[in-house]
Order: sequence, then C-alpha cells, then structure tokens
Amino acid sequence: MGFISEHSVLVASLIKVAVLLFIVMTALAYLTWFERKVVAHIQSRWGPYYVGAHGLLQPLADGLKFLFKEDLTPPASDKLVYVLAPFLALSLSLTAIALIPFGPPNLRLFGQPLFVVSNIDIGLLFLFAITSMGVYGVALAGWSSNSKYPLLGGLRSSAQMISYEVSLTISVVGVLLLAGSLNFNSIIEGPQGQGGYWLHFVPKWNVFPQIIGFLCYLTAAVAETNRIPFDLPEAETELVAGFHTEYSSFKFAMFFMAEYANMITVSCLATILFFGGWLSPFPETWRWQLYLPGAGLIALGIYCAYDAATRMRGLARLQLSVVTVLALGIGAVCLLPMVAPYVQGPFWFTAKILVFLFFYVWVRGTLPRFRYDQLMSFGWKLLLPVSLANLVVTAAVIVFVTRHA
Amino acid sequence: MSVPISYYLVLSGILFGLGVVAFVFKRNVITVFMSIELMLNAVNLAFVAFARAHQQLDGLVFVFFVIVVAAAEAAVGLAIVMMMAQNGQSLNVERAHSLGEGGPTYLPGGSAAESREALKS
Amino acid sequence: MIPLIVFFACALLAVASAVTLILAREPIHSALSLINVMVALAILYLLLGAEFISAVQIIVYAGAIMVLFVFVIMLLNAGVEERTDYSKLAKYAGLPLGFFLLIEIARWMYGSSAGSTIANGAGAITGAVSTRDLSSELFRQYLFNFEATSLLILIAILGALVLARKNQ
Repeated sequence: MGFISEHSVLVASLIKVAVLLFIVMTALAYLTWFERKVVAHIQSRWGPYYVGAHGLLQPLADGLKFLFKEDLTPPASDKLVYVLAPFLALSLSLTAIALIPFGPPNLRLFGQPLFVVSNIDIGLLFLFAITSMGVYGVALAGWSSNSKYPLLGGLRSSAQMISYEVSLTISVVGVLLLAGSLNFNSIIEGPQGQGGYWLHFVPKWNVFPQIIGFLCYLTAAVAETNRIPFDLPEAETELVAGFHTEYSSFKFAMFFMAEYANMITVSCLATILFFGGWLSPFPETWRWQLYLPGAGLIALGIYCAYDAATRMRGLARLQLSVVTVLALGIGAVCLLPMVAPYVQGPFWFTAKILVFLFFYVWVRGTLPRFRYDQLMSFGWKLLLPVSLANLVVTAAVIVFVTRHA
Repeated sequence: MSVPISYYLVLSGILFGLGVVAFVFKRNVITVFMSIELMLNAVNLAFVAFARAHQQLDGLVFVFFVIVVAAAEAAVGLAIVMMMAQNGQSLNVERAHSLGEGGPTYLPGGSAAESREALKS
Repeated sequence: MIPLIVFFACALLAVASAVTLILAREPIHSALSLINVMVALAILYLLLGAEFISAVQIIVYAGAIMVLFVFVIMLLNAGVEERTDYSKLAKYAGLPLGFFLLIEIARWMYGSSAGSTIANGAGAITGAVSTRDLSSELFRQYLFNFEATSLLILIAILGALVLARKNQ
C-alpha cells in the first residue's frame, strides 16, 4: 500500500489506461457491428444475423479473418513509411481518447480522478493537436503505396482533412468564449453545470446558445473523419478504395479501427462541448435517476432472455443466454446504492455518444456523397465563413451582455 | 531536480548548427527549406527557455510570432518551388537559377543513376 | 529526476532526427525527421511550462506547415537526393568545419553569461504559464503586432494565389 500511495499517479494511470484500452477496443469492434446492422435496417434488410445471435459474434469473426489474411507489401514501396502510416493513424486516434472525461472529477481512485486519464489544462487544444497530426496517417499511406490511385486518394483525403479542420476549430471557439477555459471538466461544469433550466425543462447545455456552432462542428466533424457524405477520397476510386488500397490484413484493420476511433473521439468532443458531457438532463434532486442504468441493463437482460428462450437455437441460444446473464449481473451491480453514483456519469456520457454514433451511421445510410470540388468549395466558401460569423456574433453578444449586466 | 536552462540553450545551439550544416550541404530546394525551419525551431527553443528563465511572457509571444511568420514564409516559398518545378526547372539548388524556363528536368520517380546521368549533362 | 530523463530523451530524439534530416536520401524521410524534431521540441516546451506554445507548435508547425511540405514533396515527386561526390574541399574541410561551428555554438551558449547566471535555479520556480495570461499579453501589449501578422498572412495567401494562377 505504501507503494501505491507514493506512486499513486502511476498506478492509477496504468489501471485507467488498461481498462480504457480494453473498453475502447471492444467498443470499436462492436461499432462495426452497430453500423452494419443500422445501415442494413435502413436498407430494409437484416445485417449480420447468422454469426452468433443477432450477429453479435461478427466482429470476432472479422477480427480473426483480418489476422489470418495474407499480408502483402507492394514491392516498390517505401517500407519504413508503409509500415509507419497505419501505426501512426491508430496510435493517434487512441491517444485522443486519453483526454476525455467520462465522469465527474470528484470521484477518485487512489487520490487521482477516476474518470479521466489525463486532465490537462489545455485539453481541447491538445485534442486538436492530435487530430491535426492524424492527417499524416492518410497522406503517408497514400504516398508509400507507390501507386497512382492511393496517391491521389491520399492527397485528396488529407487536403479535405486539413480544410475542414480549420472550420472545426473555429466552430468550437464560441463554446470556449462561454466557458472561459480549455479544460474539459471546466467546460462541462462551468456554464453547463450550474443547474437550472430554461423554460423549466430545457437543460442549460451549450447547444442551445451555440446552435450554429454545433451544426458547423457536426458537419466539419463528419468531413474530418472521412465519413459519408464526405468520403469521396476513399470511395470514388471505390473499386480501388483510395489511400488504403495496397494495405491488407492487419494494417487495413488498423486503418479501419483508426477511422472508428476518430468517430468516437469527435462524438465525445461534441457531447462534452455542446451537450453537457457527463451531466444528466434531469435535476440533481430526482434520485430515481440513480437507478436508471441498472434498470436499463436489467430490461436488456430480460429482453435477451425472452429472445433466447423463444427465437434462438443452438449456439446462438447459448451465446444469448451468456449475454443475458452478463446484462442481469451488471444491472444488479449497478443498482447497489454504493455503486450507483459511480455509474451515473459514464452512463449519461455513453448514452449521448451513442446518439451521436447513431447519427453518424444514419447519415451514412441515407445521404449520397459529395463530389470532390463540391466538398472543397463547401468547406472553404460556406462552412468557414459561417463559423467565423458565429464566433464574431458570440463574442459581440458576450461583450454586450457583460457590459449591461 | 529540474533541468537547468543552459541545457536547453545547448540543445538549441546544436540544433541550430545542424540546421546550418543541412542548409549548406543539401541540394534539394525543399530540403533546404526544411533546414530553415529547423533553424527557426532551434531559435524558438531558445526563446522559450529564456522566457522561462526571466519569468516573462514576451519570449512566448515572440515564439508565437515566429511560428506565424514561418507559416507564411513556407506557404509562399513552396508556391515558388511548385512554379519552378512546373516550368521545367530542376529542383537542385546548383542548377535552378531562374524562375523561368531552363535546366534539365528532374526525372520523376527515376532511379538515382538516371538522375545522375541527367544532371551530369 | 523525471524531468531530467524526459529532457535527455527528447533532446536525443531531436538531435538524432536532425542528423537524419541531413543524412536522408529521400526528401520524404527528411520531412518525417523534421516532424520528429518538432514533436520532440513540443515535449520540451511542455517541460518548460509553455503549454499553449507546445500545442500551437504541434497544430501549426507539425500539423499544417509540415503537411504543406509533405504535399509539395508528394506532388512534385521530388525524387532521390543524388549522391554526387562533393568536392574534396567540401568533404575534407567543409564538413569538419561545419561540425566545429556546431560545437562552438553549443559551447558558447553553455559558457556564456546568459546561460550560466540564470542556469540552475530558474527552471523550478513557477508552474505552467496559463493560456489566459499569455493571451492577455498578446492581445493587449502586442495587439499591433498581432494585427500586422494577420495582414502578413493575408499577403502570403494572396501571393500563393497569384503564383498558382499565373500558370493558367
């Protein structure tokens, strides 16, 4: 115990990093499942259905497939850069998740905040720094493949990313003016965390004063992560898949994971900046909301039990009953009065992220993609002026209000 | 135990010296530009170290301006390089002598031997 | 103890990357080593307590200016740096003199009065510089400089546009 109290930062960080990495990698895998299911249902078909109950073992099957595929390297490529690019993309995407607070900072583990791996004072700026380094993964992948289509795809994709990065950062500055700090916990607890409601039921989240900033941010974030409708550089040469054409097996899987991790990061950022992060939309005095996560998980368990009993057969039934037992068990644990306050923050945070991820997948299933010149002119000629105008108007309103109040 | 400021200054001096060596000995125009950026970075490190040593913020503000000016300079310089390359100029500092036509074309993607052959002429 | 270890690790990384910049045969490898130098310097700025400058270094320098360099190298396909032999004078007199210059600069900076009198205590006094203080300095005392640099960036944009348009 002496070792832990002396080196509490190190021990707590190691535990948090290990748990977070495990959760994030699982979430990435099941995000692919989620996307395939939702896009399939939008297109009036079932998604993965046969590999495990409701296709829940599909990510496992895909992972095994990626591990066993042949790992080709184009002969004339630049070996060092070829191997470096997917590592760079994935490691940067995963590093960004270390800055994100999942719960209130007053809950502690060995004296260190439990829900954030590193709570630095310039959190937002550092997140943007990591995002801007992510351009290299794409550009270097395109270059090192030593082939025409990847090179063009890589150049276009990175040009798109740096264009929309400008609008992304400027659309967020309105929130910074309201919050007065770059620290994530201050942004959540500051103007958004004061409690009180507009019109008695609308929580004081930043999305309502900053609605234009939020819409600019959302559009720029979809473009930044190369998702439909902005994924022309990946999909025009769709027969040849853009900058990751020449990558196979695990390196391709790394690019894939990096894209989903980027999606998770920008969703986390959207919830923190605009939707109050880990704050709950209900007032603090409603104590029943403490039991909401537990109740939700138990309801999920009951549904899975019903499904396993009636519709599934064989291995799927076994697997779904395992899921049922897990859901009921974790739900029961979340109902314990000692555990319930700890689960509140992450529960609301995860719920909001899921809404954003659903929005991403919904947009992917619904909209056609932009042509490249439409994409670039939209980014520079519409989105950037609108974000700048949002910034100027927000600053003017803040000065006006503080001068009169 | 924290790091004495003189260590940062020594590092800044070494990086600046390496930048000068790269500037003088490299032949590709783009690499020469990059050595200029290396020198500017070394100077930035010295500024930040002194800002810390004197407990003043002026050094940091100056670093901010150096970064901005380096950005503007890189943009215009690289635009000039691209115009030179599109006009058929070679990207070798010993051979590129005007912004107009002239000089043997740098063989794109060619091997070192071919480039050497073309440049010998 | 830990700051010293981090300092030497980053300093070693920076110097090794700078040497790689000189010795690399392909411009793309030189660009990657320069990005390496910039990231190492950003960590050193964090050690010196300049958080905002560190983030600006990564966002602007490593994340935008070097992306520009990498784009130009890729677009122009700048080829392999040829290994023609240097003249004898350059090889036997120039390179040693170059490294002698380097050692001299380093020794001068270490031994100079600026280095030694401030050297030992100063690093430990206060914590990080807050962004709020830096921005109030920037926007009050250096407001004119700030606006002048924005004008400079505008001129640079116009220059790049004119150069790009001239080819049409």
